[in-house]
Amino acid sequence: MSPDLTSPGTAAPAPATAPPARTTSSAADRRARRVLAALGAVALVAVAAFLTLEARGAWDFVLPFRGVKVLALLLVAYAVAVSTVLFQTVTENRILTPSVMGFDALYVALQTGLVFAIGASRLTALDQHLRFVVEVVLMVGCAGLLFRWLFSGTRRSMHLLLLAGIVIGVLLRSVSSFLQRLIDPNEFAVLQDLMFASFNAVDTELLGVSALLVAAASWVAWRERHAYDVLLLGRPAATVLGVDHHRAVRRVLVVVAVLVSVSTALVGPVTFFGLLVAHLAYHLVGSHRHRHVLPAAALVAAITLVGGQAVLEHVLGLDTALSVVVELLGGLVLIGLLLRDGRR
Amino acid sequence: MTLAPARPTATPVTARPVRPAATPARGGRRTLFAAVATAVAVLSVVSLFVGVTDVTPAGVLAALTGADDGAAGLSDAGVLLVSRLPRTLAVLLAGSAMAVAGMLMQVLVRNRFVEPSTAGTVESAVLGILVVTIMAPGAPLMGKMGVAAVFALAGTALFLRILRAVPLRSVLVVPLIGLMLGGVISAATTFVAYRLDLLQSLGAWTTGDFSGVLRGRYELLWLTFVLTIVAYLAADRFTVAGMGREVATTLGLGYRGVLNLGLVIVSLVSAVVVVTVGVVPFLGLVVPNVVSRLLGDDVRRTAPWVALLGAGLVLVCDLIGRVVRYPYEVPVGVVVGVVGSVLFLYLLLRRDARVA
Repeated sequence: MSPDLTSPGTAAPAPATAPPARTTSSAADRRARRVLAALGAVALVAVAAFLTLEARGAWDFVLPFRGVKVLALLLVAYAVAVSTVLFQTVTENRILTPSVMGFDALYVALQTGLVFAIGASRLTALDQHLRFVVEVVLMVGCAGLLFRWLFSGTRRSMHLLLLAGIVIGVLLRSVSSFLQRLIDPNEFAVLQDLMFASFNAVDTELLGVSALLVAAASWVAWRERHAYDVLLLGRPAATVLGVDHHRAVRRVLVVVAVLVSVSTALVGPVTFFGLLVAHLAYHLVGSHRHRHVLPAAALVAAITLVGGQAVLEHVLGLDTALSVVVELLGGLVLIGLLLRDGRR
Repeated sequence: MTLAPARPTATPVTARPVRPAATPARGGRRTLFAAVATAVAVLSVVSLFVGVTDVTPAGVLAALTGADDGAAGLSDAGVLLVSRLPRTLAVLLAGSAMAVAGMLMQVLVRNRFVEPSTAGTVESAVLGILVVTIMAPGAPLMGKMGVAAVFALAGTALFLRILRAVPLRSVLVVPLIGLMLGGVISAATTFVAYRLDLLQSLGAWTTGDFSGVLRGRYELLWLTFVLTIVAYLAADRFTVAGMGREVATTLGLGYRGVLNLGLVIVSLVSAVVVVTVGVVPFLGLVVPNVVSRLLGDDVRRTAPWVALLGAGLVLVCDLIGRVVRYPYEVPVGVVVGVVGSVLFLYLLLRRDARVA
């Protein structure tokens, strides 16, 4: 059971108290490795199922067609999982996620604002990849400002941040839909596709540039993976241990902003998906080390997305309802966490 | 139907002593109230003459300078009676009722950040409409409203049950749980609506919008007027109930009865407003908070203010929505969403938010 969501004190008792003794750490290592291997196997099965289930017709059509979709879903799963885990690490809690804090909504609002300011026709005339990179850069800037403001000054309670984040999400969504009403209906049609989470209609055009951005962000994050383990101990302890807390947090926020932009651009906003997979990962892997938790979360996300989509689409014959199912489960998980948190 | 009382939160509403008349003396406050009421009345008249089809700017001017609407011509008067007047009345009724409902909820749950749209009440009402639309598409409006009200009541009761299960350490957990519960309920609603191709209707119900209000399609809102009056008549009981179960019982109040009355009022108001105009978020949260900062927590004294300012705020937002993209309209729910969430954020992040 992954403990604790709240304070830095309880956030990570295990690494704090676990003695550095080789034996315990290697036992945890072994368990984590076993879990990762199992998850990897299930993920492979999910991908295979997605590619082959109910496939009628020529394989040389089906496989590339579905293959691109699987790649996009895997990219989204990875981006959501990694951004959520890193975000939870730097905010020292396990309830906040980038999307709960309004990151997705921010991206949508930026998109809408751009269309509103420049006009869809002129915007689409720009090179799509260039546009995407510009949007990501804007996103990083805005997210930075937002979080500077939220996390600055006196340390605010987690519940306050959570509530403020949700309300900021509502605000950004309202602003977006306000602007959308002001936009010319023809231009709105262009924009509308971006607004709905749809794992079914992935925007594969951006796949290449997304993959590049994700790789760059991952490279930055991976180099500091050990620092993140230290961050779990809380700010004072991390500083004592020689981690430049401020810089690390800033970097993580940039990485998170990039990853969220990618996943939102590909499938649209999802609120609770990250929360769901991160908690499954914490629960399964039983380790606090990022080199275990991060891959586990990514694999769980991949299984949920690809497997869930395969089951819904090809077994149950439902179409894009996966995002709704994930929202429902994620909302229940969050209520559960709040209740458990309150009970403690 | 018995509803479990919520546990007192860590910082109950009444933690702050009920303030004696805050600023100006009684007479000054009356004058201020009259001034604000006049402003709202003037805005209502303006609202009668803002629109696409009909009453010309000259007509607006004529009306403002004293000529009555007869001068505006027969067809203009017709538009006024069929569309403008009902719309303005609907705005005033819905605005005041939602604000008062929010205030009641805050007093009864003893938490400043609760209102029907942060407690799952509104989402439950929407689910109720969806269910009745599927089960009995031909049901009369009253029937739909009744089902929506029952769902709203059940949703609120569920919310209070969950609250009772948590020893609440933070004031902020309460609205969080409410928002999450609302999210889960609306995810379920969306799922069903999606399967049955009702998403578009769902969008119409969930966006607060007065543009569809015509004579014959808003009268249900008068019910909220009656409910608001009932709330006012029972104001002192709600004030006492807001002091907590023990105090209220000691003072000889039938606590449970008052609580149930309040929750029935809140649920009915939410259901009626959702059925006729849709969801108007955060209204019941912002207005009562502002008023209680100025005037304290005596429901009898604050209720008229809450009703007046609620009506005024929705009126202003509706006017903005009508003017900003003339001749198109921005639904009031969207405008209130922007204005309301900014005000809510302000309330949250103020320095003394945790004491609030």
